[in-house]
Amino acid sequence: MEREIHAPMSKEEAASLRAGDSVYITGTVYTARDAAHGRMREALDRGEELPFDPEGNVIYYMGPSPAREGRPIGSAGPTTASRMDKYTPMLLDRGLRAMIGKGRRNSQVKEAMVRNGAVYLAAVGGAGALLSKCIVSSEVIAYDDLGTEAIRKLQVERFPAIVVIDSLGGDLYDRVYGGASALE
Amino acid sequence: MREIDAEEITRNIKEMCIRANYFLSPDMQRAFERAADTESSPLGKRILEQLKENLKIAGTDQIPICQDTGMAVVFIRLGQDVHIAGGSLREAVNEGVRQGYTEGYLRKSVVADPLERKNTGDNTPAVLHVEITDGDSVEITVAPKGFGSENMSRIFMLKPADGIEGVKESVIAAVRDAGPNACPPVVVGVGIGGTFEKCALMAKHTLTRSPDERSEIPYVRELEEELLDKINHLGIGPGGLGGRITALAVNIETYPTHIAGLPVAVNMCCHVNRHIHRVI
Ligand code: SF4
Repeated sequence: MEREIHAPMSKEEAASLRAGDSVYITGTVYTARDAAHGRMREALDRGEELPFDPEGNVIYYMGPSPAREGRPIGSAGPTTASRMDKYTPMLLDRGLRAMIGKGRRNSQVKEAMVRNGAVYLAAVGGAGALLSKCIVSSEVIAYDDLGTEAIRKLQVERFPAIVVIDSLGGDLYDRVYGGASALE
Repeated sequence: MREIDAEEITRNIKEMCIRANYFLSPDMQRAFERAADTESSPLGKRILEQLKENLKIAGTDQIPICQDTGMAVVFIRLGQDVHIAGGSLREAVNEGVRQGYTEGYLRKSVVADPLERKNTGDNTPAVLHVEITDGDSVEITVAPKGFGSENMSRIFMLKPADGIEGVKESVIAAVRDAGPNACPPVVVGVGIGGTFEKCALMAKHTLTRSPDERSEIPYVRELEEELLDKINHLGIGPGGLGGRITALAVNIETYPTHIAGLPVAVNMCCHVNRHIHRVI
């Protein structure tokens, strides 16, 4: 099924998605990858606020290439989500509603997703030039010193993705070729 | 003795880093066409069409094919009758990477220390492999390597008794475990023989071979074809979302080895298999 969905995302919208659905996302998403997740964990350990409130929000695991003059962003495809698995349950428990990346998630992440009614979406890995066309603006909001790994607030328009893990724990990767990977 | 200016090396490396990240070689483009024609899953076909479109946009808009513009792996075959004038070869290469990644709007993805993890800011240093050969020319291959696929690469120190079946199982296990993470359809580089490091280097080097070109050794060629067929029955498919085309090619290099060993390295590469070659 093809669906138009929104970011930030309501609980109801997340609950209505099923593994295998094709979606187009419009709205605001935040980028964060390895280093930014490490910093967010440190911030929480120190009892500080996060750079954005995860409640209802969508994180895109992505570090862009530099933008040319006059363009909002460079190449902007997904990075491997499992590297963020260690940090993800703490964000899900604070209301993070959806994640966009590529590749499998571990069982702790899946459990935390089901517990909180969140979804995990995959964008096509290696299609960074194509996906950049769906990003209309980009602004660094935290950790500027991390360069490509800084947290960016993006406005996206009809950004294409596939629902891989739904809020009931259904996993498209398991369904299409079964079995656990070495990551589990 | 032929003199080649270090600056000429720098200029070439710079241009090659940029070009490799904006355009795939024609043989990789043909491999995409063939894949899109053979894929039977509708979603898989759609993803392959998107990847073709992605390549077109990269070329016309001058934007990298993938945001992970890689760590710059550089192979140089340096003729022994060549003298590099006006600077060191290593510094010339790194300067080329620095200029290419800065002026070409490529992502800086290298940290100075594996544990302290501070970004070097210019994507240096390159990973440089130099081989001294006969003659008076310099052959350069630049292969920017993304880490989604690099992270899924494996090395297996098999026993001689494991034989060719052991090799097949190892390669299949590596591809299956990589699943969606390596950005399929993948190109699989396999090194068999040598020592621990030699087989890893062969696995990397063979990724720079055209996906259309098969090994000249008859049994190795057969192994490449058999493995490609087996991999394309795993069901992983484009984007790892199911389908027939999981790999575009399996490239194998072999080398003599020790009586006690059978090293096998599997270097996974995504469909953004960048390699560019020049002879100076
Ligand atoms: S594995 Fe390749 S295609 Fe995928 S994100 Fe990395 S460089 Fe890009």
